[in-house]
Amino acid sequence: MQSEPLQVIGTSVRKVDAVRKVTGQTCYAGDIDLPRLLHCKLLRSTQPHARLAGIDTQAAQALPGIVAVITGADLPKPYGLLAASIDEQPLARDKVRFVGDPVAAVVALSEEQAAAALAQIKVDYLPLDPVMALTQAVRAPTTEPIHAYAEQGNLQKMLALQFGNVDQGFAAADLIQEDLFFYEGNTHLPMEEHATVAHYEADGKLTVWSATQTPHYLHRALAGYFDLAPSRVRVIAPPTGGGFGGKAEPLNHEFVVAKLAMLTGRPVKIVLTREEVFYTHRGRHPVLMRLKTGVKHNGAITAMAFDALLDGGAYGSYGIVTTHYVGALQTVTYQVPTYRFQGARLFTNKPPCGPKRGHGTPQPRFALEIQLDKIAEKLAINPLDLRLNHLAPPYSQTANHLTITTTGLGDCLQAVADRAHFRERYGHLPLGRGLGLAAGAYVTGAARPIYANQMPHAGVQLLVDRGGGVTIFCGSTDIGQGSDSVLAMIVAEELGLTVADIHVVTSDTALTPVDLGSFSSRVTLMTGNAALAAVQQMKAKLLQTAARVLKVTSSQLVMQHGRIFVAENAKRSIAFSDLVKLAEAEHGTLGATGSYTPPERGGRYKGSGLGPTPAYSYSACIAEVQVDLETAELTVAKIWLAHDIGRALNPILVQGQIEGSVYMGLGEALMEEQVFRRGLHKGPSMLDYKSPTFLEMPEIETILIETNEPEGPYGAKEVGQGPLLPVMPALANALFDAVGVRIDETPITAAKIFKALQLQAKGAQARIGPTHFPAVAYPELLSVESQWGQAAPGSAGHTGKGQ
Amino acid sequence: MLRLPPFTYLAPRSLAEAVALLGEHGPAAQLVAGGTDLYPSMKRRLFTPAKLIGLRGLTELQQLSGGAAGTETILGAGLTLTQLATHPLLAQHYPALTQAAQLISTPQLRNMGTLGGNLCLDTRCTYYNQSEEWRQALGYCLKKAGHTCWVAPGSTHCLAVQSADLAPVLIALDAQVQLVGPLGERWLPLAALYQNDGLTYLTKAPNEILSAVRLPPTTNQRVSYQKLRRRGAFDFPILSVAVALQQRADGVCTAARVVLGAVASAPIRVTAAERTLVGNKLDDETLAAAAQAAFAQAKPLDNTDLTLAYRKQMVRIYTQRALRTLAAQPEEK
Repeated sequence: MQSEPLQVIGTSVRKVDAVRKVTGQTCYAGDIDLPRLLHCKLLRSTQPHARLAGIDTQAAQALPGIVAVITGADLPKPYGLLAASIDEQPLARDKVRFVGDPVAAVVALSEEQAAAALAQIKVDYLPLDPVMALTQAVRAPTTEPIHAYAEQGNLQKMLALQFGNVDQGFAAADLIQEDLFFYEGNTHLPMEEHATVAHYEADGKLTVWSATQTPHYLHRALAGYFDLAPSRVRVIAPPTGGGFGGKAEPLNHEFVVAKLAMLTGRPVKIVLTREEVFYTHRGRHPVLMRLKTGVKHNGAITAMAFDALLDGGAYGSYGIVTTHYVGALQTVTYQVPTYRFQGARLFTNKPPCGPKRGHGTPQPRFALEIQLDKIAEKLAINPLDLRLNHLAPPYSQTANHLTITTTGLGDCLQAVADRAHFRERYGHLPLGRGLGLAAGAYVTGAARPIYANQMPHAGVQLLVDRGGGVTIFCGSTDIGQGSDSVLAMIVAEELGLTVADIHVVTSDTALTPVDLGSFSSRVTLMTGNAALAAVQQMKAKLLQTAARVLKVTSSQLVMQHGRIFVAENAKRSIAFSDLVKLAEAEHGTLGATGSYTPPERGGRYKGSGLGPTPAYSYSACIAEVQVDLETAELTVAKIWLAHDIGRALNPILVQGQIEGSVYMGLGEALMEEQVFRRGLHKGPSMLDYKSPTFLEMPEIETILIETNEPEGPYGAKEVGQGPLLPVMPALANALFDAVGVRIDETPITAAKIFKALQLQAKGAQARIGPTHFPAVAYPELLSVESQWGQAAPGSAGHTGKGQ
Repeated sequence: MLRLPPFTYLAPRSLAEAVALLGEHGPAAQLVAGGTDLYPSMKRRLFTPAKLIGLRGLTELQQLSGGAAGTETILGAGLTLTQLATHPLLAQHYPALTQAAQLISTPQLRNMGTLGGNLCLDTRCTYYNQSEEWRQALGYCLKKAGHTCWVAPGSTHCLAVQSADLAPVLIALDAQVQLVGPLGERWLPLAALYQNDGLTYLTKAPNEILSAVRLPPTTNQRVSYQKLRRRGAFDFPILSVAVALQQRADGVCTAARVVLGAVASAPIRVTAAERTLVGNKLDDETLAAAAQAAFAQAKPLDNTDLTLAYRKQMVRIYTQRALRTLAAQPEEK
């Protein structure tokens, strides 16, 4: 077969959906209009925590245009993404748990009529004491716990894991550094508000169009909830205007409009307001952290102990997974021989937290990378050397049994340091100017699914029609990250076509094979491998025919530029469009399928399922900041970010993801915060919830490090989430270099820097951050041997071929 | 999405007709020019007028006359913020006004928002600028439908914040505004348009329309406008400082106006600071004393972005910064 250089992979071709998007032709869920369409609005709780004594919908029902009003009594079953936390109701039944919790739904001929009817619904609440803060949630509930099923009071879930002899590790340390950190909650802020349309047709089939990252999970959830055969449910995810984790699980409004469609026999639509998106949330967990690290004089880590309390908000969501992730990935960047993690997720009366870009890892990464800077200062080692000298090696295992394959972290660190002249400039810039360094690592797809099964994680079906058209069918969901483009590029590459020749049909459970969804940065690697498996099969069929026609063997043939030709003599060739006719005559209808299942990875202990991945991506970031010494206002002058992408399938898309991560990182580090007063979100709007504008965006220099990861298609790893992680601690470290104050919490606002500078001027400790970590009665530590230093087991993910 | 409440849009073709319509419909009607603040507020049911009287079509509100040295300048209330921000004559003679206009919100909203709309901007509060459902959950507030001021529950009056960027700078410029009502027109100093009450923050009668702003002839005064906000665009001020100074050739200050915005329900004139400045050379000590006077007088509350402690601290620094900007220009040379 060909060994020609790649034609499409590695080039910055335009996204397949770019022109449609910039010309306004993309049809999002909210744009869908159907004959006889009805409109739904949700009445939401005005109480942070209360029992529901009664709901009177009579007056609302009598208003003009109202078709139906439903309450929790009409949707009595609970739901939840994880089997261990089936704790939500589409509409509250017995109690409400945050301001914004849905309690009733109105469906009407128009959205205005539905909205007007909400005001006429009378709800009787019996208020309970609200729990609005972590420090309050760790104590015994004053009235009643938010959920009865929590392990202890409002502590939903506790974890206590130890790998190797941590105490011995601390005993061997020359320096033990212990710090408290707080990472504030923040939200995804996608441009597109959630929207769903449901239609229950006369033949008993339910079709749901929804702005979701996980049509497969929604399909399972709807079929299960309504006791419908999965064959009677079809979920379509139209192009989604940003997800970031906020649309990654079945949500209350999706069940509600499905129910209303079944009740009325008419299509029903809901489009959330921006304020409702803040209540739907599933955003970043606020996490209070205690990190203790023991090091030798040379900076080598001997032990690490990490405690974390997660403020989960009102419901489970992905929270148990988040709790595991908070503890999981500290070990994959630097050598950590012994490691202890104790964590708990707590319920509070706020919108539920869940997965946001980096899922559970930005918070501990913020703590670790700042603490390394403090250690470097005490040991008088350059922060760059502290990291470079103790990198976790490639093809090794970590204390907590994670398998590292390739790692480009050293190259990433070196690259940003070189470009930023870090060695020459760090510590030597004028007062007010500073540089900060940090690193990070992230999974390229979770190695295990959220429901145990032996089936593939991703599937691709390929159709080649006799006109020469190629169609890819795949359950993956393009949420703006470019997954449709990646699929088209892989198939175009292998068949010698251009992306413009390819049709991509994705995220429709009736048309496309299952892909688990757009989360955990899994799509390029997993659907990419599945697409590769499918197209290689198709290619073999086509080459078989071509070899016969051109009277050579398949291995002498090359597919390029829409033709198939003999490598030694390009004149002996046939056009792709002619070949497919001959191939169809020979083989029958041309189809192929491919699938991908990740390698078996991870330990055998309870809780080992979260953290393993086919491959970790690595990133390093340097931030340069300027602090106004009078006002304490911080300006970001420049960001350098190097990312181990394995291989950049499309460099401009990789760069776009990195720049998007930097943008999000600036917001998380410097501005964004979920603030609540009197039980209410302080500013559920894009004006009041402060996130950066493009005027706050500095110049960004991106550097792509290619490590050619054997697990990834063409060597690729993820880029959607990992580059976010080092941005926040790099900014915190840069602030310290600039003015010598430590802000050990997010967001790092001018008000906090100002206060720290005042403390500094008084000669007090110039630090803002948490000062107290409450005691938690963790379960007994699960002690497991450390696998640190062991070689990686050699299991590769496997691709399946259909027929 | 959030929907507007139903209303009838009236489009008068003259200022006189607009005044007549306002008289005819009384409290059921509200004026709208650019609508950049009113329409979002209507979606949140802060206002539910049955009639809106649109001022966009009135050519009388579009005038821009004068502007040459030694003459007064008349600005029609219907000029857009973009027009103010880009007009070369204003940039030449009133650069601080140009700058203040440039700092308002976003380019898109400046294209719609007007001078009159900005000056009449509703006072703002994080307990008030919220949806109907949010305010219902809170139990409403003194400014709209409730009885409690959540900023200071003991307060008997509303503490919402005057957040118009143009008000402090125009007061520093000693601007007058023209109000047109059924009994004719009147001029009053802009400062007198405001009163320190979040609820009735304008002294304008309900049946009057703010039609024009008059700027006195340019003198040798210099004006600076400083705005505190979190982001480089989109945000209302959470503190603003406008300072106008005149100095003799020997450097002695002969006239001063120091105005604070966004720390009360009206722009605050800091006369103590002005007294400190006038008659003195503008050395560091004098500037610090003036800034201290502004700091002492400002009483920001916890009803905007960022903390009130920080905003209070910034009053001194922003005032000092405005003064330094002006005093640094070496007039005596």
